[in-house]
Amino acid sequence: MSLELGLHAAATRSTVRRLVGGSPSALFGGLVVGVILLVAVVAVFWTPYGPLTVSTGKELLPPSAAHLMGTDEYGRDVLSRLMSGTDLTLLSSLGAVLIAGLVGVPAGLLAASRRGAVGETIMRLADLVYSFPALLAAITLVAAFGASTVTATVAIGVASIPSFARVTRSAALPILASEYVQAARAYGRSPLAILRRHVLPNVAPFIIVQVSLLLSVTVLAVAALSYLGLGTPPPTATWGGMLENAQSYLYQDPLLAVWPGLAIAVSVLGFNALGDGLRDLLDPTLRGRS
Amino acid sequence: MAGSPLLPAEDAPDRRDLAFLRFLARRLVAMVLTLFGASVLVFTVLNILPGSPAQVILGTQATPASVRELTIKLGLNQPLPLQYLHWIAGLLSLHLGNSYISGQPIAPELEAALAVTGPLVALGLLFGLAIAVPTGILSALRHRRASGAWLAAATQVGIAIPNFVLGILLIIVVAVDWRLLPASGFIPWSQSVGGALRSLVLPAISLGLVEGAILSRYVRTAILGVMRADYLRTARAKGLPAGRALVRHGVRNASVPVLTVLGLELSGLIIGAVVIEAVFTLPGVGSLLLSSVANRDLITVQDIVMLVATVVVVANLVVDLLYRIVDPRLEVGG
Repeated sequence: MSLELGLHAAATRSTVRRLVGGSPSALFGGLVVGVILLVAVVAVFWTPYGPLTVSTGKELLPPSAAHLMGTDEYGRDVLSRLMSGTDLTLLSSLGAVLIAGLVGVPAGLLAASRRGAVGETIMRLADLVYSFPALLAAITLVAAFGASTVTATVAIGVASIPSFARVTRSAALPILASEYVQAARAYGRSPLAILRRHVLPNVAPFIIVQVSLLLSVTVLAVAALSYLGLGTPPPTATWGGMLENAQSYLYQDPLLAVWPGLAIAVSVLGFNALGDGLRDLLDPTLRGRS
Repeated sequence: MAGSPLLPAEDAPDRRDLAFLRFLARRLVAMVLTLFGASVLVFTVLNILPGSPAQVILGTQATPASVRELTIKLGLNQPLPLQYLHWIAGLLSLHLGNSYISGQPIAPELEAALAVTGPLVALGLLFGLAIAVPTGILSALRHRRASGAWLAAATQVGIAIPNFVLGILLIIVVAVDWRLLPASGFIPWSQSVGGALRSLVLPAISLGLVEGAILSRYVRTAILGVMRADYLRTARAKGLPAGRALVRHGVRNASVPVLTVLGLELSGLIIGAVVIEAVFTLPGVGSLLLSSVANRDLITVQDIVMLVATVVVVANLVVDLLYRIVDPRLEVGG
């Protein structure tokens, strides 16, 4: 009896160890992303102070109980601005990934299933966009349409379409060649039904991994654009904009630059680790590769 | 290279050269098409909006007559396709045109900017490689030990720190706290070579570290792959020490995947330079691009965007060619 219990406990332990040990990277990334999402949700309803509330006489205060991260050059609470910046960053990044996915996934599926001229054209177009760096595309669009959250989001989204198309296509190709898809074809299912019933569910995990990896790229791009003054215009709180402002006060208050810098770096690290870890769990043969 | 195993051995190099030339020709055509597509896209995006550059140049006080006159002088009354051809013909003959804002030719200004950005990117690449190769090899050789795992984790963190954040952190520590190097600005090469180099040190480190961290992971993976290969075991069995075996048989094989990533890294460096120049207020191509965007000097924007796109595409082609030369087994045409 006790032997049986012991065996059972050992089995449970090994399952837990396999899940956690399967990918510490996914666990770590998941935790970080979870915290970021939590902050974003809280910030929608509550921040310690108004992110735009200016208070004279309270400029550039060091961290204290009243202002956990201090105040900026207008006396605005840094923590509140950082929290409200989380919302904007996530919204813009998710918007970009959504644009990229809504265009890229169908394009990739189409390119995989119609391997003639249509597929070839799609992949050449993807190559064309891919050869054009995202930041350069964003700068071009901003030059034409002016700096705004929408311009930045669309630019980053469009530039990210090819990576979705490529991942979807290469994941769909082996499935389309599989025996069960051949069987479904012989059975008389329409190509669209095959894509929906057989291909999409099998491609979905790869797309999820790609979403997480791409989010780390888009968070970075959103921050870079707002740092350069090409994203959401001030006084709205953005991580990049806060960093840019803080740079004028590096001699008086270097901490002011550290907070938004930390927020950007931790978010990028979190999404990246989550995507890497999920990929490892998905395909153990890829483990250790980059 | 279908069927080449059937040919006599002495014929093979000839066929290989021919196949390589065919591959080269195809890639060149693809490159020209890509750049053509990019130029049409850039031109369309920047010229699709109503609003006359002449109005921007002359300001809101200008009379309609003077705006019309300048529009005609700049050739902006012509149909868009004609304007496009005019622009492209100018670029191909290296006439970049005059700035809408200052009226000065763009080429000399761009040349001066390239004298900053070129060395910056080169130093960044050098620094990145100086980090990537040793850390990558070390973390591969020690992959079963804690030190290797720590090294791999450190590169993971290095990847996550954006170059502009790193730049600002470096300014805080090295320039503000230690007062070792300048925090911003650039001393022209003509004035002092040492001064110019000093002003490029921090920017190059910020630029190179992230790319180096990314590259380091690929070096690690490549070396790990090579270490498991049969030919390396054979070399060890022959009696070669591990390090010598890796140098003699491993490096060439490991360099193939690393080269591909290097091409991508190069475009990362060039784009990263745009941001880094803003961080350190360096008068490079990126700063020129951003100030042209702010001034709505669209012709300068058009020229610089095409220049950067061309450099990125050519860099990728060169890496692709190197790739073939390092590993001739790769199937031509893929």
